Amino acid sequence: MKVIKIDKNKWTKGLDTARESYQLFGPVKIKENHCFAPLKRDQQPDMTVVDTVLSPKSTVFPQTEKLMTATLDTSKPNHHLMERADTDYSPRAVIGIRPFDARAIDLVKLNFDTKDHRDPYWCDAHDATTFVGLAVNTPSQFDFSTSMDSGPFDEKGLDVLLVDMDTGYLAKILTPKGEAFMACAGFNREATAGDLQKMEELKKAAEQAITTQVETDNLREKSLLDLHQAPFWDDVAFSCINCGTCTFVCPTCWCFDIQDETKGNNTTRFRNWDSCMSPLFTLHGSGHNPRGEKTQRVRQRFMHKLKYFLDKYDQGTMCVGCGRCVKSCPVNIDIREVCNVMNAYEPQK
Amino acid sequence: MNNPYMPYPVRIDDIEVATEDRSLKTFTFTFLNPEDEAAFDHKAGQFAMLSIPGKGEIPIGIASSPTEKGFVKFTVFRTGVVTTALHNMAVGDIMGIRGPMGNWYPWETLKGKNLVIIGGGFAFTTLRASIVYMLDPANRDNFGNIDVVYGARSPGMLLYREELFEWEKRDDINMHITVDGCDDPSWAYNVGFVPTIVEQKAPKADEDTFAIVCGPPIMIKFTQPALQSLGYGDNQIIMSLENRMKCGIGMCGRCNIGKELVCKDGPVFTLEDLNKTPREY
Repeated sequence: MKVIKIDKNKWTKGLDTARESYQLFGPVKIKENHCFAPLKRDQQPDMTVVDTVLSPKSTVFPQTEKLMTATLDTSKPNHHLMERADTDYSPRAVIGIRPFDARAIDLVKLNFDTKDHRDPYWCDAHDATTFVGLAVNTPSQFDFSTSMDSGPFDEKGLDVLLVDMDTGYLAKILTPKGEAFMACAGFNREATAGDLQKMEELKKAAEQAITTQVETDNLREKSLLDLHQAPFWDDVAFSCINCGTCTFVCPTCWCFDIQDETKGNNTTRFRNWDSCMSPLFTLHGSGHNPRGEKTQRVRQRFMHKLKYFLDKYDQGTMCVGCGRCVKSCPVNIDIREVCNVMNAYEPQK
Repeated sequence: MNNPYMPYPVRIDDIEVATEDRSLKTFTFTFLNPEDEAAFDHKAGQFAMLSIPGKGEIPIGIASSPTEKGFVKFTVFRTGVVTTALHNMAVGDIMGIRGPMGNWYPWETLKGKNLVIIGGGFAFTTLRASIVYMLDPANRDNFGNIDVVYGARSPGMLLYREELFEWEKRDDINMHITVDGCDDPSWAYNVGFVPTIVEQKAPKADEDTFAIVCGPPIMIKFTQPALQSLGYGDNQIIMSLENRMKCGIGMCGRCNIGKELVCKDGPVFTLEDLNKTPREY
């Protein structure tokens, strides 16, 4: 596997060269907070921020996305016939995505790219994207990614893994897409054995800096129905105000709504992020609601992430340990605690 | 790439008021493109998304049988934005259909078996498709006895009335039509709730008899003990469910019952399957 060394004073120039062939996304400050957004000309990604408020899932799964359009003007021959919205899927690169977020996109792919159907919007965006990740040298206090089959230097889902070496980056090239991006940016100086050793040391130090240990090893064997009927859900949900923040900041929450919006004779079918915290999410036309109670919705979120997904795909939990929901929850509901409680649960016989 | 969100364009060819209170209408659609009709190759029990540009989409069971060619039929209860818009549409209007979606009644398992079909209210649509399918001369020999228990609030609320009364006359299907109440002295059929009629009229279970149940939650709830008292095992009780849906292809995440998705793993489940789920439906 090729590792390239990039001087920081050549970094900006390289990115500018790459911009001619790729649309770049990266962490930037918008008002008070950092988010992933398309980089404007001359705008540089902020490579210091560890966890943006929102995850970069929006780079392949926008919060609002046009699916189709149609004209309702009956004098037009194509009236009421839907056409796919015109979206730009030219090459793009997400710079500075953190390993747990790339791992999350890899997990979400299981939902959108299946043997029965490929979601063309998600898949086209994913196919067009090169993920240039940035290892986490100094994990935040909320980071528990090492418990969740990821980690500060995890390579899953990435095309390139950058490691900040202070004066420069080491770039571990992981896929042909990553190789093409580095070549396009003009980065080609091979790293030395000493560099690689230093990188290994940084990796070890970062992994050791994560002290939160979340237990998941029993989840697979636990009975789905036992966990669903466990007595602790009312306690877990007690303080929840169903604001949905956890679902919006989560890099693996993919649920969406589809809505039509019409202006004049032009109609557009959109999809928007949705949230299982909302009672409307499951409300039937009859008024019946299978998850009408708050506890049912809170349970759904944790059970989906930590049990249903695990049982369905056998690819680990649907949590990557980024810690965003822990940090953002206004009432301090903590998935780390819930996961430990689920993992330790033994039903009363 | 094939776009599973793209509806097939269809034209409304016929609209029929289905019940006396006018809350249900039956719509017959034809595909604008013949190749779309060929691609829309469904089995009885599946559903589709009816798609009205500018309004949205709704999942509705397919009421026409795969043996009926040249059109597809849906009976729709007026209840929300899309169904109200649909009820206000006219013959000749253009809209869309996505599908067919979901699984179907397990026709391979049911080959050579006796069947009792139990329906209530307006949940008789995919059951109608199933009966038409089984009564088709090419298929009838593939099944043993067919019993049907179908009930509605009143005679005027029964769907597909003409067909029901024609099936009554046949000797290769045992119809048990019922209404909750009726003050018409000429009513020649049953009066009583569906679970009661099931207990009185449905055949006792043996290993070659299966029940298909489709109806409002309250009917399903009380039909289950009736079937169990007749000896039906959980693997012999087949049910069709509904949950709120958007995509219909297993991606949008809202119709799950535990790890099963009603749109993709369902809508048809045996009671045995459902007993393994958290039953959030």
